[in-house]
Amino acid sequence: MSLRIVVTVKYVPDATGDRHFADDLTVDRDDVDGLLSELDEYAVEQALQIAEDADDAEITVLTVGPEDAKDALRKALSMGADKAIHVEDDDLHGTDAIGTSLVLAKAIEKAGFDLVISGMASTDGTMGVVPALLSERLGVPQVTLLSEVSVEDGTVKGRRDGDAASEQLEASLPAVVSVTDQSGEARYPSFKGIMAAKKKPVESWDLSDLDLEAEQVGLDGAHTVVDSAAERPARTAGTIVKDEGEGGKQLAEFLAGQKFI
Amino acid sequence: MAEVLVYVDHVDGAVRKPTLELLTLARRIGEPVAVALGSGAENTAAALAEHGAVKVLTHDASEYADYLVVPKVDALQAAYEQVSPAAVLVPSSAEGKEIAARLALRIGSGIITDAVDLEAGDSGPVATQSVFAASFTTKSRIAKGTPVITVKPNSAAVEPAAAAGAVEALAVSFSDKATGTKVTGRTPRESTGRPELTEAAIVVSGGRGVSSAENFSIIEALADSLGAAVGASRAAVDAGWYPHSNQVGQTGKSVSPQLYIASGISGAIQHRAGMQTSKTIVAINKDAEAPIFDLVDYGVVGDLFDVVPQLTEEVEARKG
Repeated sequence: MSLRIVVTVKYVPDATGDRHFADDLTVDRDDVDGLLSELDEYAVEQALQIAEDADDAEITVLTVGPEDAKDALRKALSMGADKAIHVEDDDLHGTDAIGTSLVLAKAIEKAGFDLVISGMASTDGTMGVVPALLSERLGVPQVTLLSEVSVEDGTVKGRRDGDAASEQLEASLPAVVSVTDQSGEARYPSFKGIMAAKKKPVESWDLSDLDLEAEQVGLDGAHTVVDSAAERPARTAGTIVKDEGEGGKQLAEFLAGQKFI
Repeated sequence: MAEVLVYVDHVDGAVRKPTLELLTLARRIGEPVAVALGSGAENTAAALAEHGAVKVLTHDASEYADYLVVPKVDALQAAYEQVSPAAVLVPSSAEGKEIAARLALRIGSGIITDAVDLEAGDSGPVATQSVFAASFTTKSRIAKGTPVITVKPNSAAVEPAAAAGAVEALAVSFSDKATGTKVTGRTPRESTGRPELTEAAIVVSGGRGVSSAENFSIIEALADSLGAAVGASRAAVDAGWYPHSNQVGQTGKSVSPQLYIASGISGAIQHRAGMQTSKTIVAINKDAEAPIFDLVDYGVVGDLFDVVPQLTEEVEARKG
């Protein structure tokens, strides 16, 4: 039977752009160009490698987000994923991590899955908790933050590099996996891949397709409230010296003045 | 007074510094009740009592080491049900965030991660976070359920505050999901003898300008003269010059030391995200136009191979 892989991806504002908040203190998605979160490219890459090693596999990329989030799906399809699902609904605006995990879990269950692969975190929210939340909601093992991953005979194995130790993990499918940026360089879409992606199916689902109510998601359904967001004051300009042979000594003088030495 | 549950990060009973910082923050909200799990859990009690824990709930079982995350969630949930706390605080490590998230979901609460400060508020604890590569500061709170908040290292001072720290055995029954992910092998990180990167008061980092793995010895020598931790930029890690565990930036560690010294690091957004909140920032770079110089309190435009060894020598000389 075919190995059904669902890759969860997020459409995020470009981290190199001038990211800021909208008036309702949600992330402003209008003024900064969006793209497939860089860290999700690693998830797509590992899905492709696992699929290549399997006899028969199908990769579905899944995103929850506004209209433009289709761009992220298109990118993943051009890398080689087979099909895409876009959960889009005006009532989703302002959904927090707990709510996002609910929508993703419902969509993953509806799509059917053996393996869910996520990136280690989004580049905008950077919480890194959605894979663990999906594992909890779907009732399947979490095999997360892997720098190395493989699937064989219905078992997923991987290496998790933690602060204190590097661990070898193992779980039976179905499972939720997340991969780090150490898992392997993500491929660039080929011209052929980009052309092929245009013909691949992208399904659109809304909340009613997932049997969800508006009050379970969005700003009203959120379990967290942002009360204020303030731009960090620019650091006051420091002293810059050109090394004329005494740069190290001058720096030592500065550090001594600050009582560091 | 309301009780606040504090999840203890420890290695065989030795409590790690971020947990002691959590106790400082927890005391702003209520009386800290600590939860220590796994091998050596009972040995944490003395240090926790010295820093304000009124109670220390402990439990040891082989499941904590043999299976990933979920056994710890089951235990923290058991503690939550026993104590009915006003909030649950967890150190913001990769594992800490996963434990906290699963707990929040189980108890119908919201979760805030990576807080850098915490204060009591009229409608529950208010968490300060540093977002968008530390270019914004937000204040948030949990709207539904008991607040579950993870807090970054170096977010508060460690303050001694003697309390009873009475040890109590926690009753835990593991869920059938607890054994889902087996840990089949564990290779401890080799100790470098240097301070933990996220906990260090001083961090000395090297980037692309360091040019090779061997040259990192220059960075290490400066770090050792200052008693600092060593960091590396993503460019240096991707080039294989330094381990990923030392990477500072968006996909590595985020640090907030008293002093951050960047050598041969241009200061791309990915790096700034991990160090921008450092108190004092110093940079050494050949390129006067490098964006890192926009952040510095003191910068030297010059060759790091001249400047860094001279600085190290000067630090050693001043130490006498």
